[in-house]
Amino acid sequence: MNNTFTILENFGHSLKAPSYRFQPKTTAEIYEIFQLAKKMGLTVSARGGGRSYNDAALNGGGILLDLSAMNQILEWDQASGQVRCEPGVTLQQLWQKVLPDGWWPPVVSGTMFTTLGGCLAANIHGKNNFRMGPIGEHIVEFSAVLPTGAEVTCSPKKNADLFYAMISGLGMLGIFTSITMQMKKMHSGLLEVHAWPTRTLKDQLTSLEEGAPKFDYIVGWLDTITIGHGQIHAANYLREGEGPEPQKTMQLAYQDLPSRLFGVMPKSLLHYFMTPFMNNLGAWAINTGKYFTSLRRHTFRESHAAFHFLLDYVPLWERSYGRGGLIQYQSFLPKETALQAWTGMLTLAKKQGLPSYLGVTKRHRPDKFLLTHAVDGFSLALDFKVTDGNRARLHALLQEYDRIALEHGGRFYFAKNSETSPETTRAFLGEETIAEFKKLKKRCDPNGLLESDLYRRVFG
Amino acid sequence: MTEKFRKEVLVSDSSKTFDQTPPSGTSQGRPASATPLQPRQRAILVGSSGGIGAALARKLANEGYTLALLDRNAELSQAISNEINQTHNETRALSYQHNVTDYDSVPDLLRRIVADLGGLDLFVYVAGVIHFPGINEYNFEEDRKMVEVNLLGGMAWLSQVAPLFQNMKSGQIVGVSSVAGDRGRVGNPGYNTSKAGFTTYLEALRNRLTRHGVNVITIKPGMVKTEMLNLPGAPRPVLAVTAEQAAEGIWNAIRKRRQAAYISGIWRWVMLVIRHIPSFIFRRMSF
Repeated sequence: MNNTFTILENFGHSLKAPSYRFQPKTTAEIYEIFQLAKKMGLTVSARGGGRSYNDAALNGGGILLDLSAMNQILEWDQASGQVRCEPGVTLQQLWQKVLPDGWWPPVVSGTMFTTLGGCLAANIHGKNNFRMGPIGEHIVEFSAVLPTGAEVTCSPKKNADLFYAMISGLGMLGIFTSITMQMKKMHSGLLEVHAWPTRTLKDQLTSLEEGAPKFDYIVGWLDTITIGHGQIHAANYLREGEGPEPQKTMQLAYQDLPSRLFGVMPKSLLHYFMTPFMNNLGAWAINTGKYFTSLRRHTFRESHAAFHFLLDYVPLWERSYGRGGLIQYQSFLPKETALQAWTGMLTLAKKQGLPSYLGVTKRHRPDKFLLTHAVDGFSLALDFKVTDGNRARLHALLQEYDRIALEHGGRFYFAKNSETSPETTRAFLGEETIAEFKKLKKRCDPNGLLESDLYRRVFG
Repeated sequence: MTEKFRKEVLVSDSSKTFDQTPPSGTSQGRPASATPLQPRQRAILVGSSGGIGAALARKLANEGYTLALLDRNAELSQAISNEINQTHNETRALSYQHNVTDYDSVPDLLRRIVADLGGLDLFVYVAGVIHFPGINEYNFEEDRKMVEVNLLGGMAWLSQVAPLFQNMKSGQIVGVSSVAGDRGRVGNPGYNTSKAGFTTYLEALRNRLTRHGVNVITIKPGMVKTEMLNLPGAPRPVLAVTAEQAAEGIWNAIRKRRQAAYISGIWRWVMLVIRHIPSFIFRRMSF
């Protein structure tokens, strides 16, 4: 089977790892690669859209299964809203297939270029996690091939232990080959969005907590430099009859993100103009400017794609962070301790001159998946620029962040943080959960073929 | 690079089956993970327990490299690996026993090491042997040994490493050749030949790989105070440097992505003169 030895990167371009890259098209080919890996003494890991901020889709020196060629939508039932897909189907393919028929994926990430296989492996959440849970809660059934060659079908009732472990399992138990998911019925291609400013971190967390029961989606932007200035965007689906011309607004042409700025400049060039602002002073200017333009409380209607896929507005925006790339640090804190923990963290960053250039808050609730990151509380995601000059200080800062988060009952998301140590992992997941996961891994993958750089890093 | 070339990297032609075993530096476990904030360069050193090899291993470890140390003397290689890991209080070096004349073992071993290290950024071939014959001695056995270790061993490794780096479009190759390869002298025809061959091979690789983003460095040490200079028939040390100084010079060449470097710099001028001595004079000389 064709393969290349190629360097692959994380989404933030801050990590590189060379791998033997295979692009299987069938379940049989995936098994063939497992056999080859065993013969060659190599490990195997899967890669979908490559949108993880960390090493989740990297396997340095090993085999990488690029599943982007397994990208067929196998069945779509527009009456029931159930869709069956191959693992390489992206959220873009999915929503573009189902929206014209009046449906929308119940959980989506901030970018539409993630694949369903990757979404399940990380058990992604959206801006509606407090209401809809992670994506795993909307999976009706999936099939996967194990490194032993066995094919398993799992649902919440059938092989339930594997269902709740493989979703969130980082692709370390088997490779998804078919995923059946329930879509959510829509009555318009528009959402009603409410935006209002927040003046302090406390104000923002209160808005998230009090706003969540009233809205279908809620998300906060936080200026981490002032530690408090921010803005909340909360959105509701439009009920039947509320939206104008639903047949029109649910068409793809209505949903497309504009490809040009002011109708003139291609957005693909915009990241070059962002680069000069990707420093402490520039980030302060952008955050301050954004805050003052968001002081007006207002309500407007926006397409689903425009509301959800903010990360896709500026193509290659992550390149604007420069040669060292960026990392994201996301912590999940219980609602009782979040304010104290994040005040401590952000004050520390300010004191050390290492501000995050972008902060995003969300409201969450717990779920039943084995390697869950969720809490009854909030998450704060912080983007940091990586440079040769700040690596050591930033590393020390994030170790301190881990300590603060753990002290306050915090958890972490495996698709985001790049510095989480095995000790931190043990502390937040618990020995019992790790033992249960490793027991399942032994059962599904007795030869230890499935390994990613992330798995080696966090599980030692 | 043709698509065909890029497809031929991992083929199931191995007759061996590997167990999923940890690296042979088993007592130290796996090397520490690379992260964006703690990036790790990875290097292979072939011939790591000799004077220059050991000094370079320590130097690269100090610079943050994760190392695979290969040597036919497993005990020495393991001792250096242990010393490095203890110094840095983490697994920074793995050791592997390897005889460079076991050419057929190279593809499997390279694949295994790259997997153990999690990638490869730098490959250094330091392995070398020397025999000092008398001025009228002809010893094919010793000559063959020098060509096999100094040249063919290097070619066996580099012919596997080069396509990997070419595919990756990055990486650095360092070949430790010698000033002895610059001229054929009466003193040591076999050694001169092996090093001249290696120098030329490295130059050819450089011409092939530069266009793919891969840097190839030819290191030409002059005299280095190692065991080699204690062998019978060894010349009196002239302008000799210590192994640590040689390692420092090699590190500077790596850091600056040089193409060729004499160790130490004075040898550039010495060899400039020697290379330009006319043959009718050179053949009358006795060194």
